[in-house]
Amino acid sequence: MSEQKIDGFELKPGFKGMASDTGSDQTMFKGVHWGKAMMWIFLLSDTFVFSCFLISYMKGRGSTIVDWPNTSEVFSLYVGGVPVPLLLIAIMTFVLITSSGTMALAVKYGYEKNRKMCGWLILATAVGGLTFVGMQVFEWSKLIHEGVRPWGNPFGASQFGSFFFMITGFHGFHVSIGVIFLFIYTYKVFAGHYESKKRGWFTKMKGDYVEIEILGLYWHFVDLVWVFIFAFFYLW
Amino acid sequence: MEETNKIGETTKKEEQTSTQKIGIYLWIWLLLFVLSFFSYMVDWYQFQGMLRWSLILFFMFLKAGLIMAFFMHLFWERYALVNVLLWPMTAIACFIFLMTAEFKYTLFSRFFYFVVGGA
Repeated sequence: MSEQKIDGFELKPGFKGMASDTGSDQTMFKGVHWGKAMMWIFLLSDTFVFSCFLISYMKGRGSTIVDWPNTSEVFSLYVGGVPVPLLLIAIMTFVLITSSGTMALAVKYGYEKNRKMCGWLILATAVGGLTFVGMQVFEWSKLIHEGVRPWGNPFGASQFGSFFFMITGFHGFHVSIGVIFLFIYTYKVFAGHYESKKRGWFTKMKGDYVEIEILGLYWHFVDLVWVFIFAFFYLW
Repeated sequence: MEETNKIGETTKKEEQTSTQKIGIYLWIWLLLFVLSFFSYMVDWYQFQGMLRWSLILFFMFLKAGLIMAFFMHLFWERYALVNVLLWPMTAIACFIFLMTAEFKYTLFSRFFYFVVGGA
């Protein structure tokens, strides 16, 4: 795509392109909406926040001399009297991946100006997110009933509770914020704000379907964080 | 949106208006389901030790890579953006390395003073 140009600036591919983009004495991220670049920078900082949580969890779990609770048993559900390990967590994972998929399709249909499809898919994503938060509430209340507290629990090392509530709580908070914004953007898409060029959030610039991609970046990031939490906290 | 400016060059005014084919999203979606199913099976069959950890990490990085590359469009972004986002991750790797040394030392001290009872 070396013949492609933006405002007369020739776009070179690969690392050569990176060097010329960066040294162009113009905007560095060629062809990237400013909102998208800012969302990426925010997600990068958020990555560091979640990394700090997971690394402190690694440090806490690695340095305790008491056995860590067996997550496979702690998070099992009884189906017909038989314990199924991590059943709820597996369902939550599949729900979140489903909602990530509908979001990716919503972004695609948004760019194709397919307003109805885009709106319905964002709504489906929001419902998926809401389901996820609902199951997390169920999981939290189940563990609290079983006596898990930030300062101790009946299953093993007392640090388990504080890491569990902190990490899944912060992730659940991200999902909840995402769900609120998904519902807001469902309204904006169905109301045709991107066709009527109504102005966007905190800006005089006119609304565009690129906002759906920015929202999608956030939502995929929430899914991405869950991939790591699922691996390190629940499976490890 | 393609426009022709005064000099006669074709310029691309608007950001990414072309979209990918729907098939690629559906394939990635299916792959994510399959990989999640596999990582759940790691727990289901109670694999232990190195096999468990390597499988967990393998499926985790594969899923994370697929989400970032295709759902978050990094595969199609220009290197200027991709590199700005990915290089800072090495700082996290450094932090993990440092804290690994730290927790080993803490564990050693706890065993030494709490269990053994000190020198």
